[in-house]
Amino acid sequence: MADLVTTPNIADADAFYADLIALHDGLTEEESAALNARLILVLANHVGDAQVLRQALDAARAAGRRDG
Amino acid sequence: MLDDRYDLAFRLYPYARSPDQDAAAPVRHPVVVMGAGPIGIATALDLGLQGVPVVVLDDHEGVGQGSRAICFAKRTLEICARWGCGQEMLDKGVVWNLGKVFHADRKVFEFNLLPEAGHRYPAFINLQQPHFERFLVERVRRAQDVGAPIEIRGRNRVDAVAVADDHVTLDITTPDGPYRIAADWLIGCDGASSPLRRMMGLDFEGRVFQDNFLIADIRMEAEFPTERWFWFEPPFRDAGASCLLHRQPDGIWRVDFQIGWDIDRAAELREENIRARLDAMLGAGVGYEIVWSSIYTFQCRRMTRFRHGRVVFAGDAAHQVSPFGARGANSGIQDADNLGWKLGLVLQGRAPEALVDSYCTERRHAADENILNSTRATDFITPKSATSHLFRNAVLDLAAHHAFARPFVNSGRLSVPCAYDDTPLNGPDALPGSPARTRPGAPCPDAPLGAGFLLDRLGGRFVLLGIGTDAPGDIASGGVMAEALTVAAHDDPTGALAERYLGEARRGVYLVRPDQHVAARWDHVDTDAIRSALDRACGRG
Ligand SMILES: Cc1cc2nc3c(=O)[nH]c(=O)nc-3n(C[C@H](O)[C@H](O)[C@H](O)COP(=O)(O)OP(=O)(O)OC[C@H]3O[C@@H](n4cnc5c(N)ncnc54)[C@H](O)[C@@H]3O)c2cc1C
Repeated sequence: MADLVTTPNIADADAFYADLIALHDGLTEEESAALNARLILVLANHVGDAQVLRQALDAARAAGRRDG
Repeated sequence: MLDDRYDLAFRLYPYARSPDQDAAAPVRHPVVVMGAGPIGIATALDLGLQGVPVVVLDDHEGVGQGSRAICFAKRTLEICARWGCGQEMLDKGVVWNLGKVFHADRKVFEFNLLPEAGHRYPAFINLQQPHFERFLVERVRRAQDVGAPIEIRGRNRVDAVAVADDHVTLDITTPDGPYRIAADWLIGCDGASSPLRRMMGLDFEGRVFQDNFLIADIRMEAEFPTERWFWFEPPFRDAGASCLLHRQPDGIWRVDFQIGWDIDRAAELREENIRARLDAMLGAGVGYEIVWSSIYTFQCRRMTRFRHGRVVFAGDAAHQVSPFGARGANSGIQDADNLGWKLGLVLQGRAPEALVDSYCTERRHAADENILNSTRATDFITPKSATSHLFRNAVLDLAAHHAFARPFVNSGRLSVPCAYDDTPLNGPDALPGSPARTRPGAPCPDAPLGAGFLLDRLGGRFVLLGIGTDAPGDIASGGVMAEALTVAAHDDPTGALAERYLGEARRGVYLVRPDQHVAARWDHVDTDAIRSALDRACGRG
């Protein structure tokens, strides 16, 4: 069974990060939020695997906690 | 006093005095059905066709006006076909396969239901609920003509019940005053606001949705095609959060506007206000006549248990869903289909009362599935938070460009029958290589058989279906018979039957319940195993 990759997996992290930020250039907050939502759906479909998606949902939520 | 709560479309069972009203003591009946809506009539029809005497009580004299349900699913038509009234529904109904989804002013995508070939009935028909109910009552009349012991008593309102261990006593009001009868079994088919549920103090838990829907059924001669059109955030003035346009027979169209929670009901229902909405949607110059209009709200909820001793609930009285997905009447018909044979066997002393508990287990599972589906559709159509709204519109934006996003679009997952995977009635699944769709608990899919169809030959009794092998002849246990039906390769002209029931297997034996659900399947004939599966399917397991 597949597992969520949580170790570095993008060859040029700096370049991708810059692209991600640039993608939002000139957008209102609302437009940015909509873009993020579309991006999540595009990536989620690419992953496909239900178990990996579940782990991704949990990982994203857990990293937002400040109480531990 | 007997007041009308609604106007009639068809007056089908006018009040007539019954000898029970002059009896010294309450006359006792094996089965009384409370409510002559579609589910009450269907339940009575199923029992009556088995020869079980049944009395139906309704406080009106016929079918109410206004076509609440319009979408009837394949499974409903198959069940009605078993009762002998599927064909007239199909003949009158509108068959449709194409749907279009719009978001604001653009088309997002279109879909085709692409019904699988080799079924007698289409995936859906659109038919006004009053016609659907009329066909059921007409079928009852034909059955009565040849002796089916069914009685429908109009203008008989049930006002109180006294529930004992082995019977129920009912207080009834008629135009000639009150009288009393008793029933071994009482079936509550008295609709979503079930007075019976209230009389018995039973719960009905679930979620209320704060929204109003304005329905207008309009007659127009217009060039709209026979398709289902659904708008998210429609662009026309005051159309609300969503809108549906769907064709019915007789040149009538259903328009459904989702108009929000804080509304002035009376004002919204005024003809000029309905017309303003319709004109904005249809465009100027389209002529139409409003046939029926109404505002409805809905809830998703069900009873904790559908059986309370000798009282059993079915249809909207037992469970209620949102109209998205057309799961109300369609699931209620499956209730009747499920309950009928079980109660029949119990009343004939050929199965223990526990068999009726399996009705509750199986149909409660189905109700949960329906409520889950219709709640999800409702949440997609009416997002409950800003984030949910953001994702909903993200899906719609993507769906216009990419196929992957289309399965997320949910304007109602249209009704499909439930497979009873965890029912205690299921026997062995011992046919390696066969498809999951025909596993024990699943409803039998149709397939061409000889010059007709498989489902014409199943149902109404247990059947032992041998495919590519001889069924071992009829098998009986505990007074219940499973009738042998053998299918040879030349009976399966398209190969669809083998594909749906054998898959990779070369031969197989199926035990099929009277409601056309699979009870068990094997790769060879083992008479003892079949007998024990038959016992199990009759609640003797
Ligand atoms: C707008 C709308 C659209 C819908 N669309 C669809 C659809 O497309 N497909 C679908 O499958 N479903 C649909 N439904 C749901 C469908 O209409 C119901 O599920 C169906 O009518 C339930 O049938 P029933 O027999 O359980 O109850 P009902 O039709 O409500 O019948 C109950 C009967 O009991 C009688 N009764 C009540 N109290 C008493 C009493 N005290 N004594 C005697 N009799 C009594 C009533 O007079 C009535 O005749 C829709 C519903 C709505 C509101």
